[in-house]
Amino acid sequence: MHIKIDIRKTLRSGARSFQLQAKLESHSQRLVVYGPSGAGKSQMMKAVAGLMTPDAGRIELSGRCLFDSAAGINLAPQQREVGYLFQDYALFPHLNVRQNIAFGLQRGWFNPSARVDSESMRYWLDAFALDAVAHQYPHQLSGGQRQRVALARALIAHPRALLLDEPFAALDPALRARMREELSALQRRLDIPMILITHDPDDVAVFGGHVLRMEEGAIAEAA
Amino acid sequence: MLDQPAWIALRLSLKVACWATALDLVFGLALGYLLARKRFPGRELLDALMTLPMVMPPTVLGYYLLVLIGRNGWLGGWLQRSFGINLIFTWQAAVIASAVVAFPLVLKGARAAFEAVDQQLEQAARVLGVSGFSVFLRVSLPLAWRGVLGGTLLAFARAMGEFGATLMVAGSIPGKTQTLSIAVYEAVQAGQDDHANLLVIITSITCVTVLVLANKLTPNRNVLS
Repeated sequence: MHIKIDIRKTLRSGARSFQLQAKLESHSQRLVVYGPSGAGKSQMMKAVAGLMTPDAGRIELSGRCLFDSAAGINLAPQQREVGYLFQDYALFPHLNVRQNIAFGLQRGWFNPSARVDSESMRYWLDAFALDAVAHQYPHQLSGGQRQRVALARALIAHPRALLLDEPFAALDPALRARMREELSALQRRLDIPMILITHDPDDVAVFGGHVLRMEEGAIAEAA
Repeated sequence: MLDQPAWIALRLSLKVACWATALDLVFGLALGYLLARKRFPGRELLDALMTLPMVMPPTVLGYYLLVLIGRNGWLGGWLQRSFGINLIFTWQAAVIASAVVAFPLVLKGARAAFEAVDQQLEQAARVLGVSGFSVFLRVSLPLAWRGVLGGTLLAFARAMGEFGATLMVAGSIPGKTQTLSIAVYEAVQAGQDDHANLLVIITSITCVTVLVLANKLTPNRNVLS
């Protein structure tokens, strides 16, 4: 993967304002951005996914320009073809596991049916051991299962990169360690480019790759 | 024992309330979503203006409607000149009056329901490749529909009971614009107590049924408090 980010954004909330000035470049398949909460990591990820529009700058992912304020380019989130794992997974509470996973595969006005099935669906249900809960709804799942559903939902569409926003923060410590290993192995197996943001040093230790530090809206190479 | 005029009035009331509610639902969904999700200047002013019918005397509202859709009104005059359409003293005018009076109930319910939907879910849907209106239909609306429906049923009950504004723009023509609530007034004025009793009972049963439904369907189970 080759990712190049150079963006500026002023975020205001009441009288407070926050300067995001993120500039980074990486060729690693595993890019980890590490920093305290409130450093602007999530905002940067949202900019990559197209959920936040920077004031100015450019975002390039694997030779594809996603955003360029000078050239007037700003691809919509649905055109960027990235997978995004939200911190609390953002599973659709009104859809069962199958419907959640197939959500992005079906275009148009209607959600996939409760019994939606396909070869890739069977593959992911099997790979993540979700067969037994395929008909269940998000609130009936354990934390680890929720994360696997969210991962399957993101990966089934073959995204160009997977963006992970504090993926282990919502899990209890024992499960956290296991899911770290699981995700790390998955990345190696699929060889999919991943960008992970975290405030947890343990994530950095296990995930490795290219580690950057972010503080107060700006990026620095990690020591 | 059930006389003809009562049934005609009930049928008319139901017809008017159904049309008014349908209109309110379409506009309420659109505007409620807009108010819940978009930031624009005058947002709260718009919300306040749309809520006015809830607090204004129905007669004042009826007067505004006459100014708007009356034969010499802004919209009514144009309709008359261009298409020869007259709205005043028709059941369609009753629909408009009921729709305006009941609109805040749909709007408030829809806005609150859409505001309660986690925006991150809509973002997740967009990142997964689903765009604009489809996200609304597949994520926002299914998660908000209970709140929307609660408000809509209340609006239906309110539209059923509409009296003041309806009387001013649609009048009281038996079989044509004389709805249940207006028929009650006419019956009492004419001293027909038996007829009034029957009409009142029918109205009460209909409204209680709708309110019970509304309470059952609303997440917090008590739309009136």
